[in-house]
Amino acid sequence: MRFILRRLGFYLIAFWASITLNFLLPRFMPGDPVSRMFARTQGKMQPEQLDALRKLLGVDDRPIWEQYVDYLHNIVTGNMGISISRFPTPVTEVIAGQIGWTLLLGGTALVIAAVLGNLLGILAAWRRGGTIDSALPPILIFIGSFPYFWLAMGALYLFGVILGWAPLRHAFSDGLEPGFSWEFISDVGAHLVLPALTIVLVSVGGWMLGMRNTMIATNSEDYITMAEAKGLRPGRIMFRYAARNAMLPSVTSFGMSLGFVVGGAMLTEVVFAYPGVGYQLLTAVQGLDYPLMQGLFLTITAAVLIANFLVDILYVRLDPRVRSN
Amino acid sequence: MTVSQTSLGSHEPVLEVKDLTVKYIGDTRSTTAVDRVSFSIGAGEIFGLAGESGCGKSTIANSIMRLLKDPAKIAGGSIRFGGKDVLAMSTEELRRFRWQDVAMVFQSAMNSLNPVLTIGEQITDIYSTHAGYSRKESLHRAGQLLELVRINPSRLKSYPHQLSGGMRQRAVIAMAVALKPSLLILDEPTTALDVVVQQEIMAQIKELQRELGFSVLFITHDMSLMVELSHRMGVMYGGRIVETAKASEIHTNPQHPYTQALMGAFPPLTGPRVPLTGLAEGVKFRNILDLTEVFPGHFVAPSGDSPEITPAVLEGAAQ
Repeated sequence: MRFILRRLGFYLIAFWASITLNFLLPRFMPGDPVSRMFARTQGKMQPEQLDALRKLLGVDDRPIWEQYVDYLHNIVTGNMGISISRFPTPVTEVIAGQIGWTLLLGGTALVIAAVLGNLLGILAAWRRGGTIDSALPPILIFIGSFPYFWLAMGALYLFGVILGWAPLRHAFSDGLEPGFSWEFISDVGAHLVLPALTIVLVSVGGWMLGMRNTMIATNSEDYITMAEAKGLRPGRIMFRYAARNAMLPSVTSFGMSLGFVVGGAMLTEVVFAYPGVGYQLLTAVQGLDYPLMQGLFLTITAAVLIANFLVDILYVRLDPRVRSN
Repeated sequence: MTVSQTSLGSHEPVLEVKDLTVKYIGDTRSTTAVDRVSFSIGAGEIFGLAGESGCGKSTIANSIMRLLKDPAKIAGGSIRFGGKDVLAMSTEELRRFRWQDVAMVFQSAMNSLNPVLTIGEQITDIYSTHAGYSRKESLHRAGQLLELVRINPSRLKSYPHQLSGGMRQRAVIAMAVALKPSLLILDEPTTALDVVVQQEIMAQIKELQRELGFSVLFITHDMSLMVELSHRMGVMYGGRIVETAKASEIHTNPQHPYTQALMGAFPPLTGPRVPLTGLAEGVKFRNILDLTEVFPGHFVAPSGDSPEITPAVLEGAAQ
């Protein structure tokens, strides 16, 4: 319990540091981002927009600590300003509208890739030199080393355009009313398959190799020999003794990946025209939409920290040695 | 080699190893780690196997439980346990044979416990796998086991890292006797422990052996410890047994120069102080011959005529 509280304290400090950086960066940038953006939009900005921007980016003339207090207050109350590229929608609303799809796509792909990759890694290490161990890693590394957008476009062309098995774009068919109907959910599922599959394809090899390598090291531990001598069933030795110990590094990388899911899978979203945070971030950067960028960065930071905190809690459950240290 | 050794109980031997040969097969060259080794252990007997590091002691122990992994291969000989041919067992037979008939305490008992499972879980899985007891019954018995080695049953909930080295080793010993096996293999059970704990552990093992009556294959390079504990012992060198006899006889009347050197190299646990001697530097025995009986029950590999053994060696050893 003390361990968790200490970790919580650490993450709160990390969060504070990152939001402070988020506050300072635009203010340290040379020049005046507001007038630059104004010039870029060729005077098409509304005065309220300019005003909001100035406030957000610290171009107002108040002392910096006053601005900082204001900024903190805004964050706590969830007020991240108004998006410029999608004026006058508040940033929180823009993010809220996209993040669900991002989480659905990224989360599904991550869970499938991690579970599948780890299972394959366990099996490959357990039967070292067997079929799975000799055939799969080279194939998966081969696929994983394709440029992702090439693979994604290839898959879209083959399965979407030529074979017509998968829908070409968006998260659900146009004109369908979102709701908890079977029709809508199955449509969302159908739109999810191809984007998620491409992500799984390129990432599963990494999970598998990571697990395989740790598992091979674990297999030569004395407690594995002891478990064998104890005459336990192979399945129990494989999972409760070997994999249970070998999975610890995997859990850490799962946590990291989980946090970054929120950042969106930009290339996937671009290729499959899938609504999501990654694509939004791209347009925000292109359109110099500082409020949206700041909002997105903040969300990603928070998500990474929360995911890591969750993994820390999980780790305490998984590795008793952490508890006493 | 035919050696009909008398075992102490003089019943049917529990374990009979005959001409066991184990090779480590490499890409460019192979090493014979155990070379035509034969011995038997009677019921309730403690048989010691002594010898320097790398002489094949642990390889023998692992062969008996068929725990050898690549590149080690059993190249010949037979291992019979209570009349069953261990080397011919199927995977499932082998799984049942392990721990129920023969249990083992490993060299590195410190690392032979799974760090992420509690002591209790690691004991109960023995019972649930082999005896099919319920969880409650297994836990109850696991608690009794810990009491047997004087660990508080509340430690069932502890993880290995929460126990001291001595406690971990005792927990492993408790696990080893969980199913009342008829043979317990102790592969240098006290090497990683200090002498005080070492004595405690050995006393514990002796006590358990008296209570439960299992046979023991005791492997160590600590000669004085072995002489104290074993009934009969074999001395190994370079994968071969060079001498085997009653422990007391090897202690008082070692015949093979290597045994003599070994006996001279360790201080006895009791008795007066004597200066230590050892094998003279650079001495190697090659082409060790089969054992011959020099006294009743005392077998030695002839070596006096072997050219590698010079008078200087014998002198050094006999001092």
